[in-house]
Amino acid sequence: MNEGYTVEMKQIVKQFGSVLANDRVDFRARAGEIHALLGENGAGKSTMMCMLSGVYRPTGGGIYLHGRQAGIRSPKDAMKLGVGMIFQSFRLVQSLTATENIILGESSPFWRGRGWMKTKLEEIRSLADRFGLAFPVDRPVWELSVGEQQRVEIVKTLYRGADIVILDEPTSVLTPGEAEQLFATLAHMKSEGKTVIITTHKLKEVMAVSDRISVMRKGRMIASMAKSETTERELARLMIGKQIPAARPAQARSIGKPLLTVKHLDVYAEHGRKALGDLSLQVNEGEIVGVAGVAGNGQKELAESLAGLRSWKRGTVAFDGMTFKTASVRAAMEAGISHVPENRMRSGLAGSLGIVDNLLFKSYRSPERSTLGFMRTARNRAWAQTLVEQFDVRTPGLDTPVRQLSGGNQQKLLFAREISRDPKLMVAVHPTQGLDIGAAQGVHRLLVELRETGRGVLLISEDLDEVLQLSNRILVIFGGAIVYETKGCEADRERIGLYMAGLTEEGEAV
Amino acid sequence: MDLFVQLFAAAMASGTPLLLAALGGILIERSGIIQLGVEGMMLMGAIVACLTFLRTESLALALLAVFAVSAVLGLLHAFLTVSLRANQIVSGLAMTLFGAGLSAYLGKPVSGIPMPGAVPKLYLPWLENVPAAGGLFANLDMLTWFSFILVLAMHLFIHRTSWGLHLRAIGDNPATADVMGIRVQAFRYGCVTVGSMLIGLAGADLLLAFSPTWIEGMTAGRGWIAVALIIFARWNPIRALLCAYFFGMLDTLGFRIQLLGSEIPSYFLKMIPYLVTILVLMVLGWRSRNKPSGAPEALGVPYIREQRL
Repeated sequence: MNEGYTVEMKQIVKQFGSVLANDRVDFRARAGEIHALLGENGAGKSTMMCMLSGVYRPTGGGIYLHGRQAGIRSPKDAMKLGVGMIFQSFRLVQSLTATENIILGESSPFWRGRGWMKTKLEEIRSLADRFGLAFPVDRPVWELSVGEQQRVEIVKTLYRGADIVILDEPTSVLTPGEAEQLFATLAHMKSEGKTVIITTHKLKEVMAVSDRISVMRKGRMIASMAKSETTERELARLMIGKQIPAARPAQARSIGKPLLTVKHLDVYAEHGRKALGDLSLQVNEGEIVGVAGVAGNGQKELAESLAGLRSWKRGTVAFDGMTFKTASVRAAMEAGISHVPENRMRSGLAGSLGIVDNLLFKSYRSPERSTLGFMRTARNRAWAQTLVEQFDVRTPGLDTPVRQLSGGNQQKLLFAREISRDPKLMVAVHPTQGLDIGAAQGVHRLLVELRETGRGVLLISEDLDEVLQLSNRILVIFGGAIVYETKGCEADRERIGLYMAGLTEEGEAV
Repeated sequence: MDLFVQLFAAAMASGTPLLLAALGGILIERSGIIQLGVEGMMLMGAIVACLTFLRTESLALALLAVFAVSAVLGLLHAFLTVSLRANQIVSGLAMTLFGAGLSAYLGKPVSGIPMPGAVPKLYLPWLENVPAAGGLFANLDMLTWFSFILVLAMHLFIHRTSWGLHLRAIGDNPATADVMGIRVQAFRYGCVTVGSMLIGLAGADLLLAFSPTWIEGMTAGRGWIAVALIIFARWNPIRALLCAYFFGMLDTLGFRIQLLGSEIPSYFLKMIPYLVTILVLMVLGWRSRNKPSGAPEALGVPYIREQRL
């Protein structure tokens, strides 16, 4: 019956309130294989893995490890049974060193002198070396890069003796080069007989690393097969269910006059860190300019400077015939710059307020919306209603707190507000982050529409596929500067990946 | 030279209650709970010490009573903030107002009764021969010595023990600590309780060793100074020692200037420590505007396990 499965999840049901996240899902994985759990955002794959690692408890069904029923009630229980999970958002204490993070769960000994610490450092360094995971073991985590932090997480899991290792969307934060390195590590773990499970929605990755593939859709298990038995095309069909027409690809078309010209911009972030150094770029009317890059290379600061949220030390920002002297949100808004921020619930929308109030945030001063400081309520509600219909925001009502909407509908609402102001330039940061394919396509269509109507779009995204698909021109940002520029139709994925990782052409040769 | 030694001795005497309170606060805040009830807890510590000592004439019993009462107050704060996830600032302020009110009521019959010599001094003759500051340490009371040991012990606890590592993790990222199998809630209860006992001890020290007569509201804002000290000291026990003595010195300075027969009204002199608090906050804030404050990342944020991240 067991047939060498280390993990068996049978008829798993998980309910969050009224939402059914997993509906009688079966999942099995063997030792010595890399098993990819494929599905869109919200397909329920992370929920499944969270139950395996003890973060959630299943509403129904059973989990069996090595053929025995496992009572997993907490992450601690799961760890005792050899299950370790590496989450998309790392579970690391920023102020502690890498080693301290790794030994955090160890309770003994009470006294930890210098000698003891030294032996631990050595032990962890050698463990990391064994799996090809290099990182500075005695530096605080906040000084490490995202890729290094992920390595700390992996070593932490291995150190605690996990033989079933789950990685949730492991490559979403990595450069293509770092991802390659990760895959090599996973292969090594497989060869040592560990069960490796990765959840992902990236088909290329699945085909590159996995031995077996299970596909989930809308909380159900759709299919499970060996990699050799399937193709990328079939997987896509299984994952999405129906074919959704892609947004019209970027075409060579007539580009209008320059709209935004940024020259030699120097911006400092918190703690005096230089975020942008001598950054120059231009956006013209009727084009989408994609800025590709790995998180934390100045994307956030660039967008904030353009939206007037962050002041710059040096350089000029010229927009539509005028020059911004200082950062001013009001000036940027009135000049016609719209901004879709990277974290929609933090700086885009007010979660506890309703649809109408959120739509009014940028236009409440106008005479159509208010008179002498009093809101024209009835009129505004009707206006909100038309926008909700026009942008197809699915909501129970106009006063529903927007926190309760799905990510896709929140994003539609945000776009509705920004586009209703008839902007000349749209600065969109990670506009499809956390959205499922359908909602992402909707956002892509909106961006393309903006271009078709002669507006400029600056698309800042970590999703290289998105940038490649939509942009007329592609810029690569690294270390706070634009290091590479190419036309959308001539873009070469590999080359862009190298620049994203901070390697130049010379570096490629080495 | 003699003046300097005198001034420093006075700074130590007035700084020790501040130091004890700040150390208690550091322990609590390192675990991620804000403690603004310091003033009230110090007053409760002082009045409990006063009442018990007057009745029993025993320092040990007085301190025991102080520990018991402060532990109960600490548990209450922990229950409100950790279990019920009440607003930590409101809970702390309530604690301060409650402590001020109750101590004033309990202290009515004993107001103004002096009780000198409650805390025995540790006489170390061999230290007197050490030049310069030796004399300073030759005749200190037990609680001052205890505070020295406590500073060292807390420093080692935080940086050299497994529990210290847990403490740092919980204050910065309770969710991660939880996943790693550390019992966040229990640990916070422990920290708040023990820290509150130290704050109570600070009140007792103020009354028994520094100004041995109960007067209503005798802490006169020292609890708030201790809260500020935690921030100046960047949640570090050793720096807390230096900061506490600095403020202790300011406290005595006003008194000294008054003794010298200065024309400045005493009200202004009494303001010195508080004015300096504001000044130092401004200067430090400006100087470290681009640096992390050293505050525990999760300070003031209740932790709920079931919340989806």
